[in-house]
Amino acid sequence: MITIENLTKRYGTTTVVDGVSMHIPRNSLTVIVGTSGSGKSTLLRMVNRLVEPTSGRVLLDGNDTRAEPAHLLRRRIGYAIQGHGLFPHHTVAENIATVPRLMGWDAARIGARVTELLKAFALDPATFAGQFPHQLSGGQQQRVGVARALAAEPQLLLMDEPFGALDPIIRAKAQDDLLDIRRRFGTTIVLVTHDMDEAFRLGDHVAVMSGGRMLQYGPPAELLTRPADPLVSRMTGLADRAMRLLSLSTAGEAALPGTVDGPAVAASASLRDVLSELVWRGVDAACVTDADGTARGHLTVAAILAHGRP
Amino acid sequence: MRADRLGALLSAAGTTALLSLPFVIFKANRIVPGTPHSLGDVLPAWGAIGCYALLLAVSIVALYVTNPRLRLFAALAGVVVVALAVAAAGNALTPAGNKVVRVAPGAGWWIASVCLGLLATDAITRLRPGPALRVLLLAAALGVALLALAHGTFDHLSIMREYAVNAVRFAHEGARHVALAAGSLGAALVAGLPLGILCYRVPRLRAAVLGTLNLIQTIPGIALFGMLMAPLGALAAAVPLAAQLGIRGIGAAPAVVALFLYSLLPIVANTVAGLKRVPRATVDAAQGMGMTDSQVLTRIELPLALPVIITGVRIVLVQNIGMVTVAALIGGGGLGTFVFQGIGQTAIDLVLLGAIPIVVLAFSAAVVLDALAEVMARAPA
Repeated sequence: MITIENLTKRYGTTTVVDGVSMHIPRNSLTVIVGTSGSGKSTLLRMVNRLVEPTSGRVLLDGNDTRAEPAHLLRRRIGYAIQGHGLFPHHTVAENIATVPRLMGWDAARIGARVTELLKAFALDPATFAGQFPHQLSGGQQQRVGVARALAAEPQLLLMDEPFGALDPIIRAKAQDDLLDIRRRFGTTIVLVTHDMDEAFRLGDHVAVMSGGRMLQYGPPAELLTRPADPLVSRMTGLADRAMRLLSLSTAGEAALPGTVDGPAVAASASLRDVLSELVWRGVDAACVTDADGTARGHLTVAAILAHGRP
Repeated sequence: MRADRLGALLSAAGTTALLSLPFVIFKANRIVPGTPHSLGDVLPAWGAIGCYALLLAVSIVALYVTNPRLRLFAALAGVVVVALAVAAAGNALTPAGNKVVRVAPGAGWWIASVCLGLLATDAITRLRPGPALRVLLLAAALGVALLALAHGTFDHLSIMREYAVNAVRFAHEGARHVALAAGSLGAALVAGLPLGILCYRVPRLRAAVLGTLNLIQTIPGIALFGMLMAPLGALAAAVPLAAQLGIRGIGAAPAVVALFLYSLLPIVANTVAGLKRVPRATVDAAQGMGMTDSQVLTRIELPLALPVIITGVRIVLVQNIGMVTVAALIGGGGLGTFVFQGIGQTAIDLVLLGAIPIVVLAFSAAVVLDALAEVMARAPA
């Protein structure tokens, strides 16, 4: 969907993004992770041309993004940022309707879309549509920010540290919501964060940036098992890399055939959580069950541990 | 029971003034020196005693009552009492049909009125009324005052005598006063808003422009009028069209230009300050969602900067209403005409005929625009 070719951004003599190339497939959730000053935000902002590259180019579905005026390009791409950036003088409904209005949708279609999105984000339209952003909690503001970004049904959603201002519990909920939204709308998402846990939790592709260069780009497990650079292993964390690796697979994926006597664990639980449960209960095996309670197989401690090494 | 400090001060000042200073000054005609009269001299005994009793009641409320509504009611009642008393004094001292004698409010009346006015203002401040209510209170006060004036309640007082003689000119100069103040504000908005936006976008320009405008602000009004006479006079002489448009070294042209120049600083500075206040994330989101630069400006930045810009407009309008007064000196017209004419004739009533409406205009503009700024700021940035 997005092809980034040798993208570079310099401010004076400082190179902020240095010759980055990557291909982001359709329907993926790609997380760009890096420390502050790594150039990750600049890279993201070059996709919707909030920053114009010094050299290199960005292709969207094979078309150079410079082929059309920047503001028209941006209307087709959702954009959500840290601290939500909601317009304080517009109601929640007006905020969400921003891009549809810019695109000239008729009022009925805008109204239907706003209602649909408010419901999708568990915000009762009757209560929230007419409220102003300052009347909402931080978590609600953040959800409205994402709803606004999705309003015009973009194929692509760019998110710049979208959960950075939230406290841990609300952040976890927002991350779940995002995975849910992605399943529901099938949107391709590129998300920038400095939080490696967030990257591993959300991304099916993770790009690690440092000093303007892309150190590695691939599935999260690959970052752990085949780090391309010592800095990547440092950033992903050496001490708990086995546990991180376990957290990337679910019980359902790793289940062995047949059932055993033991506690039941959900197929959707990560191996890390299953292992923790087994340690806690002091048993060697667990039954893996589907959401409806039917047995799907079993897991043993030894089988789980085998998943925790390259 | 502890006495209210402000109430004590105002009661003491008002009472002392009423008892020791003249309530009204009576003059047989406009020129001769006047004779002072106390409240007791001019009103029938029951009237004077009634007034003193009512004002004593107001003092007691001012001293011991904390309920702001009651304090406001008492203060307004006091204002009505002294207003009616001075009107009654005018009627009592003026022989029937005589249009030559002058009855002017004396120092005692002025001080008592100011004390009551402060008491009312203080009560309103303690009530903390919303913007709509403040404008409503102002409108009600102005309405009552205009009704009383139209009814002829104060017709025997000296200021109204001056008004009766100058009624046609008063309307003309009053309208001109407002036109000069509002016109220069309009011109300053037309030029100042774009200049402010430009200064916000180009920080290097900001220091230079604001510095220059600050410098202009330091030039005394009368000096600026003088400085503009020569270039505008030369312009009129060189360009006949300019002269036809009424641009001359004296008159309205230099007045408007000077007021315009004074108005620029608050408009430009407040536009820059208002735009600076717009959160960076809000602008970033607006651009990121595909608004063009002009859409970001008109839909996001200016609406969010508006409360601060309105504050600038308030400063300019109040400042201009005051400064237009001086424009009368160079033939610019306005209510200042009466002020300077009165000074020339040592006719203090004529000075007041110009000065009181100027104060009322400036005060009203301040109240209305303050309320407007507060309403605009309701959606907090």
